[in-house]
Amino acid sequence: MATLLAVSFLTFLLVNLLPGDAINALIPIEAQQDQEYVAQVRAEWGLDDPMLVRYGKWLGDAVRGDLGDSIVTSRAVSGEIAHRIPVTGELMIVTVVFSVLMAVPLGVVSAYREGSRIDQFISGSAQFALSVPGFVAGLLFIYVFAMKLGWFPATGWTRISNSISGNLMTVTLPALSLSVIEVAVYARVVRSDLVATLKEDYILSAKSKGLKDGFILFRHALRPSSLTLITVVGLNIGLLLGGTVVVEFLFALPGLGKRLLDAIFQRDFMMVQGITVFVAMVYVVVNTLVDVVYLVVDPRIRKAD
Amino acid sequence: MGAAVDTVEPTAAVRRPWIRRFVAKMPWTTRFCASWLIVIVTATVFADLIPGLADPNYQGFLFGDGATNEGPGLSHFLGTDNNSRDILARIVYGARVSLTVALAAVFMGVVFGGFFGSLVGFVRGKTDSTVMAVVDVILAFPGLVLLLTVVTLLGRRDLVVIAAVIGFLSIPPYTRVARANALSISRREFVTAARAIGTKKRTILFREVIPNVLPTLLAYAMVNAAVIILLEGALAFLGLSVEPPTSSWGTMVNAARVDLQINVWPAVWPSLALVFTVYSLNNVGDWLRRLRSVRSAAL
Repeated sequence: MATLLAVSFLTFLLVNLLPGDAINALIPIEAQQDQEYVAQVRAEWGLDDPMLVRYGKWLGDAVRGDLGDSIVTSRAVSGEIAHRIPVTGELMIVTVVFSVLMAVPLGVVSAYREGSRIDQFISGSAQFALSVPGFVAGLLFIYVFAMKLGWFPATGWTRISNSISGNLMTVTLPALSLSVIEVAVYARVVRSDLVATLKEDYILSAKSKGLKDGFILFRHALRPSSLTLITVVGLNIGLLLGGTVVVEFLFALPGLGKRLLDAIFQRDFMMVQGITVFVAMVYVVVNTLVDVVYLVVDPRIRKAD
Repeated sequence: MGAAVDTVEPTAAVRRPWIRRFVAKMPWTTRFCASWLIVIVTATVFADLIPGLADPNYQGFLFGDGATNEGPGLSHFLGTDNNSRDILARIVYGARVSLTVALAAVFMGVVFGGFFGSLVGFVRGKTDSTVMAVVDVILAFPGLVLLLTVVTLLGRRDLVVIAAVIGFLSIPPYTRVARANALSISRREFVTAARAIGTKKRTILFREVIPNVLPTLLAYAMVNAAVIILLEGALAFLGLSVEPPTSSWGTMVNAARVDLQINVWPAVWPSLALVFTVYSLNNVGDWLRRLRSVRSAAL
């Protein structure tokens, strides 16, 4: 909570330090000859109040869910965020689900055959994939799957309410581009965790009972190892949010990241402020949620407290 | 007698210079990666002295000399971009941006982050909770906004500004790593021993805690440098890093995006340079860490 407050104040401070009077965005230069009109608009938007007063006003509205109006489009910031959330949200969910589905089998195979050729191959590929930024992967996918093969559209977005198949077509390449690094991160986590778990005594006792390897792997070993995965997925949400900015820019998706970039270039300080605080809030909430999930899933932690 | 001298052969391995012994331990991939890093650093530092390397901003087609979007060839090894500039030269000069930013981040992270982290991990108490609260705020704060604000305030987007902002933003993660290490080191026997004989706190911090935090921090720095290079690449790709015409790998990829249909090479080369540099840093960093963990396990 204190973190959020500090982030919102810092953003307010920084955004207000930006040169360029907001009045220029509100009234065209020619109309600024009319001093009275300018003064009236300034008063209307509260531009002459001291910064702390303006921050107080903004904060008072913000806790009630009103993040103010965009200076450029004069639409409500919270409305714009709500309008853009489905795009970024879907992109992130598809990415995380796909990455986990890919990474768990890879990590399990790698750990099960630790040190073998296939482990070396998977671990080596993961280390390489970690070095491929989203925009390079995205450009490669656009070139191969959109330009050469023509399977997917290169840019643009179809809303899920318009067409489900169209929506899937537009989300595939961006999500894949984001997944390259995610899969590598998760596969490494699953592998290193599982390698340690497989050396535990209870795995040995399960083996001596004559249980099948596959059963031991997925029932006995994967469960405790999935805890770390949950934490890493949660912590990675913040990084993923940064990644969506790049991917939304590359694929021209109407998401939150693209809106933030546009707002920054347009000097739309209310919009920048609103989106920044919203993103920080998501980050804090996700981190808290991860702690809670951890507590629920692992009884040992509950006992330790 | 002569024969007896010759049998001293086995110890020759010990007499080899340390650098060769060091290299001998590397797997071949790591050797390759280390060589690539050395090549790229040398090429970047001495870019102005390399004979035959074109001017990265020379647009040949304006003077009837060369064409735009040339493929790889003899006159331009990697071809030319859509402004007929030599891609090889732009990659070499572009590395300056990536490497300077990475160096700034590592330097500021290790010096300031390392100091604050070691300090609060050692003294704990109120100082600790205050500093870590500030660190948490900076970590939750979108770095993009800070970067853009500072850049717009100063009205310029040159290398110094970008490096300074990214450097500042990399202090918090280093603070965290250093603090976690300092916490465990402060509980070790030699620190307790130093306390018991009445050593001054400042002396313990600088003589006992920081020297033991530093190796971990440096191993982290190698991997962090890779992350920073990726970050700078993404910023440049969004058009938010150094201003054109200064070349940066991300900027080059973004510029090449438009003509992808006609000519892929201007997008391919900087992407490869970026990926291989990051991979090399990760690979060498991982290897150094493994080497260190083996060593400390042997102690």
